[in-house]
Amino acid sequence: MEGQSAGRERVFWSIALLIVFVSALFPVFWIASLSLKDPATVGDGRLLPSKWSFENYSGIFDQDIFTAALRNSLGIALIATLIAVVLAAMAAYAIARLDFPGKRLILVAALAIAMFPPISIVGPLYELWRSVGLYDTWAGLIIPYMTFTLPLAIYTLSAFFREIPWELEQAAQVDGATPFQAFRKIIVPLAAPGVFTTAILVFIFAWNDFVFAISLTSTERAQTVPAAISAFPGASQFSQPTGSIAAAAVVVTIPIIIMVLIFQRRIVAGLTAGAVKG
Amino acid sequence: MSGGATTETTTAAPPRPQKHISGRARAERRLGWMLCAPAALVMIAVTAYPIGYAIYLSLLRSDLRFPDETEFIGLSNYVTVLTSSLWWSDVWHTVFITVVSVALELAIGMVLALIMHRAIFGRGAVRTAALIPYGIVTVVAAFAWRLAWSKAEGGFVPVLLGFDTDPLTSTSWTYVVAIMAEVWKTTPFMALLLLAGLALVPDELQEAARVDGATAWQRFWQITVPLMKPAILVALLFRTLDAFRIFDSVFIITGSTQNRGVETVSILAYNELLNRLNLGLGSTVSVLIFVCVTIIAFLFIRGFGASLGQQQGGS
Repeated sequence: MEGQSAGRERVFWSIALLIVFVSALFPVFWIASLSLKDPATVGDGRLLPSKWSFENYSGIFDQDIFTAALRNSLGIALIATLIAVVLAAMAAYAIARLDFPGKRLILVAALAIAMFPPISIVGPLYELWRSVGLYDTWAGLIIPYMTFTLPLAIYTLSAFFREIPWELEQAAQVDGATPFQAFRKIIVPLAAPGVFTTAILVFIFAWNDFVFAISLTSTERAQTVPAAISAFPGASQFSQPTGSIAAAAVVVTIPIIIMVLIFQRRIVAGLTAGAVKG
Repeated sequence: MSGGATTETTTAAPPRPQKHISGRARAERRLGWMLCAPAALVMIAVTAYPIGYAIYLSLLRSDLRFPDETEFIGLSNYVTVLTSSLWWSDVWHTVFITVVSVALELAIGMVLALIMHRAIFGRGAVRTAALIPYGIVTVVAAFAWRLAWSKAEGGFVPVLLGFDTDPLTSTSWTYVVAIMAEVWKTTPFMALLLLAGLALVPDELQEAARVDGATAWQRFWQITVPLMKPAILVALLFRTLDAFRIFDSVFIITGSTQNRGVETVSILAYNELLNRLNLGLGSTVSVLIFVCVTIIAFLFIRGFGASLGQQQGGS
């Protein structure tokens, strides 16, 4: 009786998990399959390639538009992440440890700005950037990225920092450590996972941006991958860029999948830390 | 300042500890402000200034194709936008996509959260699988859906379902695809927020109700859902505001057909600003989107206040 119901439960969960896996991964599988089709058969309407080929991949890596975009995306997202995490770590440390009027205001402002529609500032930035020479530059994207990276970082980091047992720092000092030693040996290791998790989330957000990228860049100087993919030209005027789009899509998805596989637990903690405890 | 403090400490002994604390508190306060200042200043500079500038631009007749005709015209851009049928139909498209996708995300997200919470094996694996749609670049996800459904671009779905015409040329099918793409991409986020809320529901309460003979369905609606209300509201707030700004996926999915039947307000603002180069009208639309988002947030937060008050009263 007991064994039978446990067996039935296993079957039920197996089916449930299978449904989740298939629905989460099928679109990824499809775009990967599309990218592996021979360019001549990309439009054949089949789920699986009838003729396998890596030509789409060699094609995009031969095009400057894609390699430049990959470089821009990486550089811009990394710099935006670094700036946001450093500024946010200072603010979050203050919010978690110090008592001062206005700290709630900072959190509320961060939350309000996180809800901000990016399209609302595209017009002024377009006008402004063209007159000050920031249009189509890395800085021209990194600056607006602060509108979403900074609030996200402040929010997530202050949730993490609130959990740190700060008394340990004093305990270490009582035991004879200098303030700097106490900070380096006790606080840094305790804070590092939260900072790292925040950096991953912020990077994913910056890597994902499309609105600013298509509005404020136009050439290989600063165009990021999402903007470049949406503007891919076909190999000739009459051919569609479908195969190149699919291959580029797979290339930018791989780093995300690797990050998710390695840091799954942290990403979940980071995503929910800010939302639930805030 | 410090001189004043010392004279006071010499004359009156009792307030001394308090004065001492307030001196430390003042230093702490100053340090707190100094540490927050860079982040706060950057946030103001990158949002308040541009939105102020957008409001200014929205009061101008400013068309980059005719720069000489720029002049102050007060609120007449607002009159133009608010009396145009295009604005209102785009508002309707946006509201429709927002409401349908957020409702679906809540339902599917709740199921997914329950699976992640209760599964007797494979929890980590499910979480990893669910995070992949969340992490994928929105433009890439939108392309995956568009290329699957577009007959012209060789998608497998039209072949599979036997479509005679391209589904992406039909407005209603485009809605279906856009909403599916949105739901696929963002349900994991909803589910994770709900999962965090589920973890706060005490197991003993569930157990007690089970002993009292409540069915799983009753336990879900009468114990789990009421206790999760704050988590549900947070998740709904985040997702509704995010869905209302929808741009990337609709832009990509309608990219090959230019189907304006699903144009959203963000795309309207983009087209006005960057295709028609009409900074005045485009900024007006942008400011109106900002106002809409503020109103939605305000309504939700009023709802929050009520539900949190209720919670505190109950516990």
